[in-house]
Amino acid sequence: MFPSPRLLTALWVGKVAISINRHIGHGGTSLPGMVGRKIAPQVLSTLASQLKKGAIVVTGTNGKTTTSKMIAAIMEKGGLTLTHNRAGANLISGITTAFIHSASAGGQLKSDLGIIEVDEATVPPLTKEVKPRVLVVTNFFRDQLDRFGELDKTVDLVNGAIQKLPPQSTIILNADDPLVASLGAKYTGRVIYYGIESRSYGNREMTQSAETRFCRLCGHSLDYDWYFFGQLGHYRCHHCGFQRPRPHITIGDISLKGEDGSSFYVETQENRWLINLSTPGFYNIYNALAAVAVAWHTKVADQAIRLGLEGYKTNFGRMERLEIGEGRKAFLALIKNPTGCDEVIRTITQNEGPKRLLIMIQDNAADGRDISWLWDADFESLEKVASQLQSLTTSGLRGEDMALRLTYAGLPVQQIEHKANIDEAIRSTIKATKTGETLYILPTYTALLAAKTTLTRLGYSSKYWEE
Amino acid sequence: MVTSLRLLHLYPDLLNLYGDRGNIITLKRRCQWRNIELAITEASLGDKVDFANIDLVFMGGGSDREQTLLFQDFKEHKGPALVEATEEGLPLLSVCGGYQLLGQYYKTHDGDEMPGLGLFDAWTEAGESRLIGNVIAQVPMLGGKTTLVGFENHSGRTYLGSSQSTTALAKVLRGHGNNGQDKSEGAVYKNALGTYLHGPILPKNPALADWLLSKALERRFGSSQIDSLPDCWEQKAHQAIIKRFS
Ligand SMILES: [Zn+2]
Repeated sequence: MFPSPRLLTALWVGKVAISINRHIGHGGTSLPGMVGRKIAPQVLSTLASQLKKGAIVVTGTNGKTTTSKMIAAIMEKGGLTLTHNRAGANLISGITTAFIHSASAGGQLKSDLGIIEVDEATVPPLTKEVKPRVLVVTNFFRDQLDRFGELDKTVDLVNGAIQKLPPQSTIILNADDPLVASLGAKYTGRVIYYGIESRSYGNREMTQSAETRFCRLCGHSLDYDWYFFGQLGHYRCHHCGFQRPRPHITIGDISLKGEDGSSFYVETQENRWLINLSTPGFYNIYNALAAVAVAWHTKVADQAIRLGLEGYKTNFGRMERLEIGEGRKAFLALIKNPTGCDEVIRTITQNEGPKRLLIMIQDNAADGRDISWLWDADFESLEKVASQLQSLTTSGLRGEDMALRLTYAGLPVQQIEHKANIDEAIRSTIKATKTGETLYILPTYTALLAAKTTLTRLGYSSKYWEE
Repeated sequence: MVTSLRLLHLYPDLLNLYGDRGNIITLKRRCQWRNIELAITEASLGDKVDFANIDLVFMGGGSDREQTLLFQDFKEHKGPALVEATEEGLPLLSVCGGYQLLGQYYKTHDGDEMPGLGLFDAWTEAGESRLIGNVIAQVPMLGGKTTLVGFENHSGRTYLGSSQSTTALAKVLRGHGNNGQDKSEGAVYKNALGTYLHGPILPKNPALADWLLSKALERRFGSSQIDSLPDCWEQKAHQAIIKRFS
């Protein structure tokens, strides 16, 4: 293949932009792709068409970063080379940057497989340029509503893109999320469902923040006989007959081990894999299950699946463990919507020891301008561990709002402290954390970026764009 | 004797966008801190309500699909009784979609008019763009220059009619409000309030929360006396918005 001069120019300019970005030391990952696309609009589709084993595309509200990183860990153990937008830049320009970075200066892409994490609203333009071999949809929760107006529209956008996929594409869907599973009802190509059958965790009654629990096909309310979290569970619609599809790939014998992670079996009709996951949180079991579903479908060796997931470490701010000195623990966990936040709170309340909490809320465009969701998240659960809380600090542009939320969640008002400056808030809470204590830092997205800068300066964290 | 009030949350499973649950949390805590017992009942599709037992009503907003789902139920069953009770002074807070449903009608893009309950002398027209962002406004009924802060996100444009019985809840200093044109935000009819403000509205505007509670106390017990609260973070969070956005 002889790349056009225009494409080569786009590549070179893009590559220069990437190296300048790294040189000046910030992880801005969308600009090079944006510039490249201006020069040669077809740069992404041309490069992606060279992938020998095609592209795996992962979307959904929560877990897409973790799931795609887990898939990457497995595929690397399987001996494949990858093009992957690792830094979580999941809009079209960020994805293009990853492909420009991966290509040779002569315009050749040497990778076997593409792993693309993509924002839900970007699925339609992306799948026009990159024909996915596999598309994974993890879940749909309310997230940064002010970008779209409503969750329904997001689901419609993804559904529209799925209807236009080439017939050989496979879609892998979370059977436990009725909004996701409804996508499969209308798709004529191959659909693989994953879900949790085991009822050793979850509840018969709905306990956490309310999400839409209405049938997408007919609008009537769904009947549940089991809830995991949010609208995820075992459901059926008595009006039109839509029901949770029987998963092809599922999980048995879950054992949660607090902040040490979990172990469980992933099962298909003919296989059974024991997985030890060092990443805490029930929701990460779903992410691992989605990753195994992709690996199983693409016929990766069993050994690679096991080793890939066991070697997988918590990534960029998703309950990421920070080493802050002997006997002192710190975790960094991004919060961005009620369901994800509730799972983080649940993990925190499982820890019995003395702890400190630093919650950093911002309302920049990347965080979502509307922070109303703080009131849908279950901060009331923290009351159970109030006696173990050594300090409770808020920070960020909306730190006062967070302090107010905690007050109404029933936490002692005199204990709540607000430090506007993120850098200072992190330094002082780390300093205050004593031997035997655990510090939890819960930032929204832009607060996480700011936190990373401080933590890197303090020597506690890797530079995120190198992960 | 324990003072107790009853709050009715209408369609909590359908009208639950944008953290409006925070309004219920706020009313509950502000009662608890004053030793008032606030019993919360919920009513959704098919449920019957006896408004004689209710002291305060909350109704949030939902997506178009969810509002269509409950429209028939509201129009035929709960709506008329609710209007009757508010005529007799029942305090009500309706936000966004709930506010629109209580107007005269909603005019869609195609020009169809969906009739509302007609509690507020107001109507809504579908707009092209969404009006999104932080709002700062002044509320005359809370006296002086009391400000209201919140976050709006709506495509409907609401216009108040010429009858004097329905007035604007607030005058917009920053943001769009009812329609982005006449600087009005929300509506007041007797003790019933409509607003576009999420955020949610009550936590950062404790004066408005207390206005609703004192109206409820007055109607039930004949006295609107209400203890003041320290409102430390309430004021700080309120002032932070004023400082950043005005
Ligand atoms: Zn149905």
